[in-house]
Amino acid sequence: MKNARLILKTVGLFCAQISIMLVVLSLAWAVQPDEVLDDPILEERARELSKGLRCLVCRNESIDESNADLARDLRLLVRERLIAGETNDEVLDFVVDRYGEYVLLKPEFTGSNWLLYAAGPLIFLISLALGTRYVRARQSAVPDQEIALSEEENARLNVILKK
Amino acid sequence: MINELGHFSLILAFFVAIFQMVVPLIGAQRRWTNWMACAEPAAIAQFLLTGLAFCALTWAFVVSDFSLRLVTLNSHSAKPLIYKVTGTWGNHEGSMLLWVLIVTLFGAMVAFFGTNLPPTLKSRVLAVQATIGVAFFAFIIFTSNPFLRLIVPPMDGQDLNPLLQDPGLAIHPPFLYLGYVGLSMSFSFAVAALMEGRVDAAWARWVRPWTLAAWIFLTIGIGLGSWWAYYELGWGGFWFWDPVENASFMPWLLAAALLHSAMVVEKREALKSWTILLAILAFGFSLVGTFIVRSGLLTSVHAFASDPERGMFILVILVFFVGGALTLFAFRVGAMEAKGVFSVISRESALVANNVLLATSCFVIFIGTIWPIIAEMFFDRKLTVGPPFFDLAFTPFMVMLGVLMPVGAMISWKRAKLRNIWQSLKYFLLLALAITALVWALQTQRSVIAPLGAFIGAWICMGAFVDIFSRTGRSPNWGRLLRLPRADWGKAIAHFGLGVVFFSICGLVSWQQEDIRIAQVGESFDVAGFTLKLEDVQNIRGPNYTSTTGIISLKKDGRFISELQPEKRYYPVARVPTTEAAIDYRFFRDVYVVIGDRQVGGGWVIRTYIKPFANWMWTGCILMAIGGLFSLSDRRYRVAAGVRRGSVGLLAK
Repeated sequence: MKNARLILKTVGLFCAQISIMLVVLSLAWAVQPDEVLDDPILEERARELSKGLRCLVCRNESIDESNADLARDLRLLVRERLIAGETNDEVLDFVVDRYGEYVLLKPEFTGSNWLLYAAGPLIFLISLALGTRYVRARQSAVPDQEIALSEEENARLNVILKK
Repeated sequence: MINELGHFSLILAFFVAIFQMVVPLIGAQRRWTNWMACAEPAAIAQFLLTGLAFCALTWAFVVSDFSLRLVTLNSHSAKPLIYKVTGTWGNHEGSMLLWVLIVTLFGAMVAFFGTNLPPTLKSRVLAVQATIGVAFFAFIIFTSNPFLRLIVPPMDGQDLNPLLQDPGLAIHPPFLYLGYVGLSMSFSFAVAALMEGRVDAAWARWVRPWTLAAWIFLTIGIGLGSWWAYYELGWGGFWFWDPVENASFMPWLLAAALLHSAMVVEKREALKSWTILLAILAFGFSLVGTFIVRSGLLTSVHAFASDPERGMFILVILVFFVGGALTLFAFRVGAMEAKGVFSVISRESALVANNVLLATSCFVIFIGTIWPIIAEMFFDRKLTVGPPFFDLAFTPFMVMLGVLMPVGAMISWKRAKLRNIWQSLKYFLLLALAITALVWALQTQRSVIAPLGAFIGAWICMGAFVDIFSRTGRSPNWGRLLRLPRADWGKAIAHFGLGVVFFSICGLVSWQQEDIRIAQVGESFDVAGFTLKLEDVQNIRGPNYTSTTGIISLKKDGRFISELQPEKRYYPVARVPTTEAAIDYRFFRDVYVVIGDRQVGGGWVIRTYIKPFANWMWTGCILMAIGGLFSLSDRRYRVAAGVRRGSVGLLAK
């Protein structure tokens, strides 16, 4: 019951976000020329960081791709911090402190998230083990039914041949 | 009047589906031939009635009948005719009607082509298919009826989302739905086989063409969607790991796995229960996809009708079908024992490896897609799982798949010697490594992805060639090459296509170049060896939009290549701006130009991207689909599908 309410709440929240987005949507398109930093190395770092940050009012877009004003603000903020001499991690920490981990497109490897990261390799190993077991079983299996038809199959054959 | 006719025939189809769900099933259980025989005409009637309903709705869109609520909300009289037609499925209700139309289409096709299916299996398949139909008819009629009228029709409609007013997107949903719903056929066959308690080579031969058809449609649908994103969204991204994209990609991966495992059932009578499980899951993931798009639980670029009530309904459908099928599976799994015996080094094992990798990669995408919900529900964390995670988690499995593919494709059934494979592939492995080294040496960026892509691409493509040539025997015999079964050609072409896709994705992401600047009218600038000149900027009126069009000439080394006209459009009715990029498509690269805002100090923002090998991606997708078509037209399926030459000939007379 609690979960159902949570689903509804989440849905409501998302709908609200979509409507916000429609309002916020302006005619600015992704990275603007005036945002580009003079230092190409710094700019490249800024772009790399932007690709990992989510535009908060959009549907699943990074701030690097987004046209929303809020994304522009965030892009400018990232560049500001970089100019101030912060490392990439420091910039990300700052942004996460301010907006929460929701802003990261690649979830942090902390707490319960290890499950997310481990799920793939874990399932791979399990299915590999199952597959190997199956193949080994087939290797040592005895080919028994290739010699004669069973009674049931004979009956079926007769039906098919309309005897 | 036509609307009421459509509405009425939709409800009638619902009742026919209920009939078809119950009567043939009882008939098959009790071996009553006349009850079983009801399935065929019912399936065809169901399809015709749904088709009539769909035509009626299309008609309402074409003539802009604003007395229908749906038409008012999603159309406009000034819209070009083609988008009036495609607007029929550019909304929730219409797309669900298309969905159920395809469900009935597949049912009708089984009734028509499946003449040599055993009668009990056939009537069970049709009954299960009708059950799916019933669920979706109920969904449409009770929660999303497209034929509802407005008491006071407005003068004009509210227009279709402009992003959807595009040829690529207009034709992409039908393909995707054909793919999604095509998997319902595999599902019906799987459930029917579970009811029968028999899974054998013949069953695999019947189910494989349907899966293959679904996979081909999904391939085309995903390719089209990706191409649309590439040219429409304004910066040339082609894949976003968006929940809706994932929802179409997961069934694609499982359908690919199912194609390969059904082969083992067909040829060697092994992997039976796994194949059945895959068939259930593949359709299950199609339903998950529908659920994700319609419920709005996960936000995405594509979500056009999010409504919790509808989401709940689809969730119930999902739980019913997947849960029911899995329960049946659990009861019957013991009845399906493998017969074939094979060694660890064999085609069978290679196909098991293929299935392990495809299923795992599907699972990775699934967990990444739903993780935000799990994290919020159980761990109270609000987070996002985006492209960086998927790239990291998904790619390794694809790399493994690519490395194993040429070996697995050539290894022989039952018992193989690795030495033979090594003999035929060793020079090509060396050649692929040489190409990799060359790419590594030539590229200016220090990217690992590009050489890796070059290696896997070259390795798979050459592997496909070796595979097909090895069939000709020791002395190359061209005539024999042409007489090979079409399935062999299909396999080689599809594998080759995948190699091309691998290479182009890696090449594109690591070698693309970008330039963002403000250009004055008349100013020219250089990007990666190309010279672009902003000749003019014009304001143009389209049928239902206004456009700011830039005219840019593209030159290389002083030689004129083409004139590009990127647009920025504004759709006043929907009040939505869109970008229309101008792309100069060439074999080795695309030049991709986008025009942005006018600047305060004069001049316009111009974005230029050089996208190497972009075309190869769509070409690769087309090759995969063509490979599938070759395979589908293989003689043994034509025979298995029971295409009646004689009776068709009689009809023609």
